[in-house]
Amino acid sequence: MNYQLETVLVLAAVAAACAVPGVFLLLRRMALAADAISHVLLLGIVVAYFAVGDLSSPWLFLGATASGVLTVSAVELLQRSRLIASDAAIGLVFPAMFALGTLFASMYLRNTHLDVDRVLLGSAELSTLDRFTLFGTDIAPRSLVVMAGMFFVNAVLLGLLYKELKLSTIDAGLAATLGFAPAALHYGLMTVVSFTCVAAFDAVGPVVVVALLVVPAATAYLLTDRLSAMIALSIFLGVAGASLGTLLALALDTNIAGTVATMQGGIFGLVYLVAPKRGMIAFALRRWLQRRRFFETTLAIHLFQHEGTTAEVEESRYDGLHRHLHWLPADVATVVKRSERHGLVEQHGELLKLTHAGRERAKQVLG
Amino acid sequence: MFASIWPAPLDDLTLRTVAFGLAALGAIAGVVGTFAVVRRQSLQGDAISHAALPGVALAFIFGGRSSVVLILGAAIAGWIAMTLVGGIVKRSRVPFDAALAGALAVFFGFGLVLMSFLQKLAGRPATNALEQWIQPAAKEATRHGLDRYLFGQAAFLRTDDLIVILGFGLAVLIVLMLFWKEFKLVSFDRDYAASLGYPTRFLDILLTTAIVIAVVIGLQSVGVVLMSALLVAPASAARQWVNKLGAVAILAAIFGAVAGFGGILLSYEVQGKGPPIPAGPTVVLCATALALGSILLAPLFQRSTSEPEALATTDATIVANASGSDRNP
Repeated sequence: MNYQLETVLVLAAVAAACAVPGVFLLLRRMALAADAISHVLLLGIVVAYFAVGDLSSPWLFLGATASGVLTVSAVELLQRSRLIASDAAIGLVFPAMFALGTLFASMYLRNTHLDVDRVLLGSAELSTLDRFTLFGTDIAPRSLVVMAGMFFVNAVLLGLLYKELKLSTIDAGLAATLGFAPAALHYGLMTVVSFTCVAAFDAVGPVVVVALLVVPAATAYLLTDRLSAMIALSIFLGVAGASLGTLLALALDTNIAGTVATMQGGIFGLVYLVAPKRGMIAFALRRWLQRRRFFETTLAIHLFQHEGTTAEVEESRYDGLHRHLHWLPADVATVVKRSERHGLVEQHGELLKLTHAGRERAKQVLG
Repeated sequence: MFASIWPAPLDDLTLRTVAFGLAALGAIAGVVGTFAVVRRQSLQGDAISHAALPGVALAFIFGGRSSVVLILGAAIAGWIAMTLVGGIVKRSRVPFDAALAGALAVFFGFGLVLMSFLQKLAGRPATNALEQWIQPAAKEATRHGLDRYLFGQAAFLRTDDLIVILGFGLAVLIVLMLFWKEFKLVSFDRDYAASLGYPTRFLDILLTTAIVIAVVIGLQSVGVVLMSALLVAPASAARQWVNKLGAVAILAAIFGAVAGFGGILLSYEVQGKGPPIPAGPTVVLCATALALGSILLAPLFQRSTSEPEALATTDATIVANASGSDRNP
């Protein structure tokens, strides 16, 4: 495999692994907890590094994951004291832990390979250098294997706990009544998020990983109402955005993680505009059609009210309509022409008459 | 002889300037943060500071190292991000927290793209007039840009940087004073404010702008992640002791100033004879210590002045909790 293809695959795997827990973070209103977790991992990595003194040790992985879960617990502890709102609790805990992390790193780790900039920004560019070998043969970049494994684990957990996650996300009260252990699910999810963030850390860094967790899920949320479809879509969108972003970054020679995040944002923006039901264009179109229909219906009601009365000759005359309806003459002309085309009215000399369809429309509104 | 009234590190004039500058910054952040905290938008500061990165990159291109351009660029980027978040929340069903987190990460990512573009440009010869024009800025950005923005480097602040920072901060404080009553009303009861005919949308935008400016003036000195803490921690600490908005703001200003001043001294202390330590982390740790101390201590003081019944219920709750925890250790 060449460098380009491998880099694309690494980023695609990161996006796929993030998309699964991301959907639940979005639906459970925990997107900012992900932001907090991803920042705190630095402290976990630094402390674990102190303990074991080896950068490739799996303990770093566990230490970082533990620090993420610990942050969530600390936030919840503060919140439960009711002395402080949940957003302030997050805003208090994670910068403090991040500050400790940077402080330790800049005090004691000056001369090691743990480069704070690299830890913070990720280095997708270098992700293919570290190889995974099996029995002496080079298989793939290590981060590709790790992230594919992470995706697999997340997918299996999702398959096993789909029903429980779905119910506790959509109706937490009912889930608790049925004995679904919401706390266990909550901490389980947070552990998965921490784990995924740690795994993704090397490739994309703690800020861009938030984009991969949250943005594809938000895009999918604009497109569907079904949880299963939302998960599938957000995996698809995440992978598509990551692949396109990586290719673009390689072509333009820009920061890969940053380009991938920008691409995810761009896809969200595009869907936000053109989504079939919830997009801005669909929304504007619906408003416009409603407006047109409203004018036609108003005309139909006016004609219906005077149908067969003595005033009909005066009220339903084409050239008198603008006075009775308080419309501009030009508007009357357009609306009448359109209503004729839609088969709601017919012109009989000077007089406008409702067709059967026009009468039905008026009756439908008037009840 | 005169210098002996300062703690030892403050004998140094530069350090003294920086310490007082950060104290002022902390005070400004404390006052502005009070509104962010009571509006339940504490994490807005976090989002703004991350989202400011593309603005910082563009400011490097257009203004070199000028603090004014840097602050304006960062403020515009942060402000655009907040406006987009507002629009998305209003016009779609994406919740506020997800919109905030998404905007933060996407803007930061876009900032990385711009920064990497500048870095690449700095490292190779320019091929056309535009690149030639950008190149000096690119070299500057590569040398000082990202590090400084991520962690802040209070020690490198010059007096004229501080004057700019404090000028913007003072402007924000004056706006807060002028619209105090309106901001208070719109923060606590938006609908009532609207029914009285106050322009709530305008006031929201103005308050958001004030928060944006308060955040970005701190980026140079304490850095991107930590500036948000300076907004949240002093206000959260003050909120534990007093209940009136004005009192919270004043106390938050004091806590913020103490954290800024103490943080500098602490960073000097920690540094010792080793390599320089960025002051951001120590400032934030001071602020957090004040907040945690307040959360733990304030209830004790309030209990001693509360009525006996209240005391009894608290004790009962403690007993209940204790017996509960006995059952499941």
